[in-house]
Amino acid sequence: MAGSFTRMIAGRNGAVLLASLGAGTMATGFLMSDNPLAAEVRTKLYPPSSDFPDLRKHNNCMAKALTPAIYGRLRDKITPNNWTLDQCIQTGVDNPGHPFIKTVGCVAGDEESYEVFSELFDPIIKDRHNGYDPTTMTHPTDLDASKITNGVFDDKYVLSSRVRTGRSIRGLSLPPACSRAERREVERVVVMALAGLKGDLAGRYYGLQDLTDKEQQQLIDDHFLFDKPVSPLLTCAFMARDWPDARGIWHNNEKTFLIWVNEEDHTRVISMEKGGNMKRVFERFCRGLKQVEQLIQERGWEFMWNERLGYILTCPSNLGTGLRAGVHVRLPNLSKDTRFSKILDNLRLQKRGTGGVDTAATGDTFDISNNDRLGKSEVELVQMLVDGVNYLIECEKKMEKGQDIKVPSPVTQFRK
Amino acid sequence: MPFGNTHNNFKLNYKVEDEFPDLSKHNNHMAKVLTKELYGKIRDRQTPSGYTLDDVIQTGVDNPGHPFIMTVGCVAGDEESYEVFKDLLDPIISDRHGGYKPTDKHVTDLNFENLKGGDDLDPAYVLSSRVRTGRSIKGFTLPPHNSRGERRGIEKLSVEALTSLDGEFKGKYYPLKSMTDAEQDQLINDHFLFDKPVSPLLTCAGMARDWPDGRGIMHNDNKTFLVWVNEEDHLRVISMQQGGNMREVFKRFCVGLKKIEEIFKKHGHGFMWNEHLGYILTCPSNLGTGLRGGVHVKLPKLSVHAKFDEILGRLRLQKRGTGGVDTASVGGVFDISNADRLGSSEVAQVQLVVDGVKLMVEMEKKLEKGEAIDSMIPAQK
Repeated sequence: MAGSFTRMIAGRNGAVLLASLGAGTMATGFLMSDNPLAAEVRTKLYPPSSDFPDLRKHNNCMAKALTPAIYGRLRDKITPNNWTLDQCIQTGVDNPGHPFIKTVGCVAGDEESYEVFSELFDPIIKDRHNGYDPTTMTHPTDLDASKITNGVFDDKYVLSSRVRTGRSIRGLSLPPACSRAERREVERVVVMALAGLKGDLAGRYYGLQDLTDKEQQQLIDDHFLFDKPVSPLLTCAFMARDWPDARGIWHNNEKTFLIWVNEEDHTRVISMEKGGNMKRVFERFCRGLKQVEQLIQERGWEFMWNERLGYILTCPSNLGTGLRAGVHVRLPNLSKDTRFSKILDNLRLQKRGTGGVDTAATGDTFDISNNDRLGKSEVELVQMLVDGVNYLIECEKKMEKGQDIKVPSPVTQFRK
Repeated sequence: MPFGNTHNNFKLNYKVEDEFPDLSKHNNHMAKVLTKELYGKIRDRQTPSGYTLDDVIQTGVDNPGHPFIMTVGCVAGDEESYEVFKDLLDPIISDRHGGYKPTDKHVTDLNFENLKGGDDLDPAYVLSSRVRTGRSIKGFTLPPHNSRGERRGIEKLSVEALTSLDGEFKGKYYPLKSMTDAEQDQLINDHFLFDKPVSPLLTCAGMARDWPDGRGIMHNDNKTFLVWVNEEDHLRVISMQQGGNMREVFKRFCVGLKKIEEIFKKHGHGFMWNEHLGYILTCPSNLGTGLRGGVHVKLPKLSVHAKFDEILGRLRLQKRGTGGVDTASVGGVFDISNADRLGSSEVAQVQLVVDGVKLMVEMEKKLEKGEAIDSMIPAQK
């Protein structure tokens, strides 16, 4: 660093630079210094208090947790990949949020962000994940699909079943921070691993840059194609840079196992099929994940994971399992009942429209999925989803027969 | 991003071909100039405030452009960007500014008395006249790069300077952050209020960060002199009024600018300027004078004439819709302004507008009478 710096300002170029600046002594000192001294000068000119964002109109987890004292302690720190606090919180500063919808308001640029900036991330994680305390608790990982019971739903109600998660490749920066080379490396590592999948998991990769019109149309018809992010929550977090470089979609020939590369996370892994056989969907999910993990480990790579936070992903809301298991389910009677939301709440489920997050439901078909991500294992969350959906279907059946339904008592939180 | 992107050094661990952006589908000045070799040569450089090559070009990488419209595709993060990355920016500047060479000198002339005429454009045709430019304040980094602390520092200095003006320049500053609804409505009705940038050309360059922190508008009581603070540049200075008296508009513009510059100098923060590039602004397209002087003028017949675009080209003028850049004209009314920024002075550029518009209004009158205008078509200026 010092080498290239002094090289740059030495000689004729240096004189021109300084002259064109009309530099005073302070600025000259700044220029002639190597990095640590320049940082000191900058700190004197602009203390953290001058940089503290105005969060008075903000409603997100970051705005709630960030105090001037925390900002003061963390502003000048950097992760080993040279990622800063300001870069983590930029999306939350730029998106004040909505009084009814609480977004997270910050992202990680790399695995170490969660450590270096833990003073900010830990309270956010606690707030977002129902009191999960990363300083005292540990997160369980369990991908043994055989443990799921009653995991096949009535096809009359459940139109499709899906489980998704994300995985990050250890050693490479995350989508907000990664350089083009790192992003291409993620693509290389993942695509090479996926090429090793066999049997019902064998498939093919489609790089977004090289899609033919025909391939693009097919992926759209299959509901597989993801678009360049337009949500300011993502664009303000620098995740759409260099689009569509090194982005792509892999899916198996049967179109039941799908992986997005370099969208909001290094990888998003999706298992899905029509109908209500959630058990089979989850079984394929676990099997596929385990095989992909093995294939990257053979080449010396691994997933980002630790005991404290489980699987490490870009958004703190996806830590732990990163798992959203859900169904598209018809609930024409139940959805009109005023107790519907309360029932979902107690079952720790959420509803979305059939277009996914932030869409409205069409007709009486809803996307119902688990609320939680961290503090419970994959098996526990899928079982909760299964039990919950079965309960909703029971309610619907009762209401069809003109019988009354009960609001279930709330499912217990983790107690560790 | 503010103050030190040492992430750049981390990227140097990767080979040039792995980091070089894919520009195969791009049509902008940056993509035309940036080769893998050039990228390899200058990617290890940083300006003193930590602005890097990737920062300069990100907007051009993210916005491949349009086959018909050639955008610049890069921005400066600070005054030094134009020096540190001259290997990339000089050819872009040359391409964008009519062959301007690295050794050329730019002349600044803000003496309004040097303008000839300009007070007699026919108000039946010329509905309004306006001159704008930008100014950057020495000692601060530019909108793509500055931190909140810097941006607020710029605002503070600007407010001090602008609210100390008197006479016809006496006015008030409205910070975007604390505007009342009534103030906001008034500013919208006056066509003064600028919005949070939505154009990806600007957002991908990091210019909308922390909105609306540190942004605001000052205007004089007469509503003829207006300054935007911390939008696409540190300052955008605008003089405008109804009718065709461009001379008066330009006089107010020059006088106001000089007053503002004096105040900033007194605080030890003059404007960024050098004798090669003139006034330094965020976008290379605005170097030199940064001046766009123009009118809203009714040219329903001339504008559909086969030679309209050729005439504009020869007069060194450009047309826009009445909503500004990238809008369509409404009812035959066009925004006509100077095309050049660098290599000619403010007076020269406004002179072209005054003379060119005068000629075009004559042409319009001729066409109204059913007469031909071929003999009036000018030679290339």
